[in-house]
Amino acid sequence: MSQIYKPGEKLSSTVCKTQIMVLRAPAKALTITCGGAAMQIGDPEALSAMSGENSGTLVGKRYTDVDETMEFLCTRGGDGTIAVKGYVVNVKAAKKLPSSD
Amino acid sequence: MNIHLILQMAVEAMGERDSLVCGDRRLTFAQLGEMAKSAAAHIQPGEKLAFLAESSPSFPAALFGAALAGTPFVPMNYRLTNAQLNAQIKRISPAALIAGEGFLQNGFGTDGVRLISPGDLITGPTFDGAAPEEENKIAAVELFTSGTTGEPKSAILGHSNLMAYIFGTVEFMSAEEDESALLSVPPYHIAGIAAVLSSTYAGRKMVQLPNFTAESWIDLARQENVTNAFLVPTMLQRIVEHAGDSLSLPAMRNIAYGGGRMPRGTIEAAMQLLPHVNFTNAYGLTETSATICMLGPEDHRAAFLSDDPTVHRRLSSAGKPIPSIELQIRREAGGLCDAEETGLVWVKGDQVSGSYKGLGSQLDADGWFPTKDRGFLDVDGYLFIDGRADDVIVRGGENMSPGEIEDVLRSHPNVRDAAAVGVPDAEWGEAVGVAVVCSGEVSDAALCALVREKLRSSRVPSVIKRMDELPYNETGKLLRRVIRDRFAQ
Repeated sequence: MSQIYKPGEKLSSTVCKTQIMVLRAPAKALTITCGGAAMQIGDPEALSAMSGENSGTLVGKRYTDVDETMEFLCTRGGDGTIAVKGYVVNVKAAKKLPSSD
Repeated sequence: MNIHLILQMAVEAMGERDSLVCGDRRLTFAQLGEMAKSAAAHIQPGEKLAFLAESSPSFPAALFGAALAGTPFVPMNYRLTNAQLNAQIKRISPAALIAGEGFLQNGFGTDGVRLISPGDLITGPTFDGAAPEEENKIAAVELFTSGTTGEPKSAILGHSNLMAYIFGTVEFMSAEEDESALLSVPPYHIAGIAAVLSSTYAGRKMVQLPNFTAESWIDLARQENVTNAFLVPTMLQRIVEHAGDSLSLPAMRNIAYGGGRMPRGTIEAAMQLLPHVNFTNAYGLTETSATICMLGPEDHRAAFLSDDPTVHRRLSSAGKPIPSIELQIRREAGGLCDAEETGLVWVKGDQVSGSYKGLGSQLDADGWFPTKDRGFLDVDGYLFIDGRADDVIVRGGENMSPGEIEDVLRSHPNVRDAAAVGVPDAEWGEAVGVAVVCSGEVSDAALCALVREKLRSSRVPSVIKRMDELPYNETGKLLRRVIRDRFAQ
């Protein structure tokens, strides 16, 4: 399932509890998967089996591609791994800003 | 995007962590989450959630609860007069009004508002639906600006603006379990709102201090082993004065300040009293969803110790734009200012709302917002804020910065505080009026001579008034309007 995503859209994994929110996305159709299966808008009624190698997702982590054309926030962690077809997506390094409030 | 997500993530990932301390009450994030759900359930369709009360657990519950119910949170300044409050209430009805005890007196018009006490708001049935995702259709917060120069405007902060601020400045769950933030800024100040959002996202315990005094702040900081705090300059000044020669706050690690001009003497004294503490100057406006520039702890220490005048004066700088913000200094006539050239501060970024109720967006075609602050950048890009563009004194066509005159006056050992305003003048249109608070003997002639020597003769005050205190609002903003009125009398 390939489509163009907008900031604020939430995608759920169909193989684990993972949910992500789109913070930034290119104006191109993307195929976003978790645990080897396409992610969908809204939680699935039942989970299917995971495939491939998975190291899990962590709530609060942000995921981005090498050129930072897209960014996703993990709003609920799970066992699958996020991937976007044709891109290498990794956890974004934490910024170090002093606390301002 | 909906700011309720911040609380929802905190509840799911760290529900059993302490979220809030207020007096004897202690809450976990899970409990705060339930309170927000109760708050949401109290709101009827079409109502805004107005908040006229001091800080308490009801404040964060109302902020997140309004977001969950899909309606704006409208905090109100409980220090306004009844007439001012009545005028604001008319602008926000229909609303559920959370009114603290004693804030509603006789003659208070409550047409179109349903009163709920802060205690009732956070009890009762819960709203168990999902937060709406109607991006940009509903404001997250409607916040009256402080109105130091005129009628308060209602700034509209969208969910995406506030989320952009959080994503741009805070990492989720980045606080250690022992961290806590002392929140002493009222709910109707942007810094009060930003602190709730940041603390919740970071997983930092909020320690609320509803009524600031230097003594109660110090006591609470010690008692709760507080590690972080945000202060407006007046508050830090009072703490420094109260402390005298020593201040023991062994747990404190980070103090951020903002919301007004910090006197150099105050920040230097604070750094000497608390050498182990990291100080950060956070510059921002209501309209920009809080902080847009920061002067960090290293810059503070470098400026404090340096003999290089360029580095030394940075203790009075607002620092550099945060990574998610672009900043320009523009000339009045258009075009960009050079380094050291004072002009108007313009900013751009997803957290910048720049929109007011009834006035619409103030952003230009390319998304830039005029802050109406004047300032300049030094050669290394550090921002120096001069003051509000509206406060500039225009004498015979020459623009004069009140801040520059005030800094010179304050440098006199017997001048504790100073304010310069434009006063009507038959010959020049406007002339410089100066209000000073003195701690010892100093003649008018000596003050004039000081200004003439350090600045130019056009800056020399034509009227000097002695005052016991300058009028500040409770969040540390100098009320120049009041001083101008004083000169007009």
